[in-house]
Amino acid sequence: MNGGNGTLLSLENLYKHFPVRRSFFSREILKVHAIDGVSLDVPEGKTVGLVGESGCGKTTLGRVALRLVSPDSGRIRFEGKDITRLSGEELRRTRRRMQIIFQDPYSSLNPRMRVSDIVGEGWLVHGMGGRREIREKAARLLLRVGLSADAADKYPHEFSGGQRQRIGIARAIALSPKLVVADEPVSALDVSVQAQILNLLKDLQEEYGMAYLFVSHDLRVIRHMSDTVAVMYLGKLMEVSPAEELFRGPLHPYTRSLLAAVPMLGGAPREKIVLRGEIPSPLAPPPGCRFHTRCFMAQKVCEEVCPLLRESVPGRFTACHFV
Amino acid sequence: MTEPLLAVSGLKVAFRTERGMVRALFGVSFSVDAGETLGLVGESGCGKTVTALSVLRLLSSPPAVVEGGRVGFGGKDLLALSEEEMCAVRGKEISMIFQEPMTSLNPVLTIGEQVAEVYTAHRTCGKEEAAARAREWLRRVKMPDPERRMREYPHQMSGGMRQRAMIAMAIALEPALLIADEPSTALDVTIQAQILALLEEMREQKRKMAILLITHDLGVVHEFADRVAIMYLGRIVEVARTPDLFADPIHPYTQGLLRSLPGKSVGGKRLPSIPGTVPDLHSIPTGCPFADRCPFRQGALERFRAGETAQDELSVCDRVDPPLEEYAPGHFAACHYQKAKRPGGGG
Repeated sequence: MNGGNGTLLSLENLYKHFPVRRSFFSREILKVHAIDGVSLDVPEGKTVGLVGESGCGKTTLGRVALRLVSPDSGRIRFEGKDITRLSGEELRRTRRRMQIIFQDPYSSLNPRMRVSDIVGEGWLVHGMGGRREIREKAARLLLRVGLSADAADKYPHEFSGGQRQRIGIARAIALSPKLVVADEPVSALDVSVQAQILNLLKDLQEEYGMAYLFVSHDLRVIRHMSDTVAVMYLGKLMEVSPAEELFRGPLHPYTRSLLAAVPMLGGAPREKIVLRGEIPSPLAPPPGCRFHTRCFMAQKVCEEVCPLLRESVPGRFTACHFV
Repeated sequence: MTEPLLAVSGLKVAFRTERGMVRALFGVSFSVDAGETLGLVGESGCGKTVTALSVLRLLSSPPAVVEGGRVGFGGKDLLALSEEEMCAVRGKEISMIFQEPMTSLNPVLTIGEQVAEVYTAHRTCGKEEAAARAREWLRRVKMPDPERRMREYPHQMSGGMRQRAMIAMAIALEPALLIADEPSTALDVTIQAQILALLEEMREQKRKMAILLITHDLGVVHEFADRVAIMYLGRIVEVARTPDLFADPIHPYTQGLLRSLPGKSVGGKRLPSIPGTVPDLHSIPTGCPFADRCPFRQGALERFRAGETAQDELSVCDRVDPPLEEYAPGHFAACHYQKAKRPGGGG
């Protein structure tokens, strides 16, 4: 994956391990292998869907991309510039163009702030307008995300989950970012409200030309939203493919079993694959290919050699010895 | 027609709260035949779980008040049984598995003790025999390393293993009806697939075990259920055989739900969404509960306001809560608009 023209965000060989104690009284330090050598590009104005099961590192990757968490090694380029070691004022200025939408619309909004202050905080921090002007801009933005203008004077608890997520979205787009990391933005919402939020995200992308790094465990949502899909398992990418092709014909055995596990309603008939075993702990990921303990294609080599992500079909990348 | 295994009719349940009585079920009626799987589908707060808990009489009262209705099971009305008689039904004839296996297992007992307790509680056998049977069930639900897991506590296991233990407990006495409340929702998709495959296998082995599967996931229902009941705001708004419901949904809520599901294709198109949100249970509208989100009702209202129609054709929606009516054999829906529009409506 070369960082060609139009690449907005480029993650190169990122690692992030979190130290944890084995138990409260233990001296032994273990490492959670949250991200283990991940490279991924997000093109301008496009959506890259990042899908995986709990504990696979997808949320950490989203945060590392925004430098909310610093990687142990590897490089992050944003708009062509290396931001891996930026700090202070320079990092702050870069962050204007990168924002995040959180999963839980209940805990991600300060209950003591008025909605207009939540949405307008970015403008205030970056000195973009006086209080009065910010209030007016906030009200306009709230209208744009489908809330009424009087929402500005209310507090978060006065809104439903879907409406709160609209507030979170308004806050994220207030500074006209180039990149928005959407971390499970609809997972906490009911189906009938999910569709409204997904539509809003699509409309805003068209209007503002933002790129999304869209993190989700829900393949159906990923399929609807993404141009490119990256499949993550235990800290590593297993497959990166254009969405259309991935859903028509998944290559990696893990992608195949994921698609087999989800009733899709419409589309190609599903393969009959039920994976054996559990997801290994990220504290002690298996050697060799991370997936070999559950893989139906695993051979001896998979236990020993970790396959690299490589272009196995033009435009499609897989990390598997046999694909 | 043979008698259904479970026949719930006109079930009304309310809760006493600080803000007054809140009605959760407004006369829920459905039936489950022996050996059949009925999917009960709805969004959060629609009353799916309250329905299941009332069948087993597990709602604590107060605050819950059963205001009316009947839960027929094997010729008895479960609502009329004494607590003692009910205890004999629970676990033995009807059992339940819950969404969050961590909170529904006892943290201070080993898994082996908890599965064995099912036998000793119902006095089916002695302690040693119970332990042996528990081990056998853990093996049957494909618990990895069952010998060791017998002696472990819930916190030592993964979510998938806990759910396997729950399933072992629930079907250990081979009940006629298993109520599964979101059995796979809290699990990862590949583990979810394992649990559903296990339930399917158990269902096939025990031909006569009926399942009431409560879920918000229409995809799961599509694959797993023989019939589907759609709930909205404490009512069942549509019931049909699964293929009929997906091929020809009648209620506008069902239609909206099916249309708004993402992932039928890759990218591009906007999802048709259902406007608005589920109303607060404290302020339930009179008339049809779906009226203020319904495209048919809102369309009629707009035409009337614009002067295109001389009278508000669907004003009935605001006044009368529509009853379930049969549109095709076994296909019921509760909608004033469809009743007037569709041939055979209300027939």
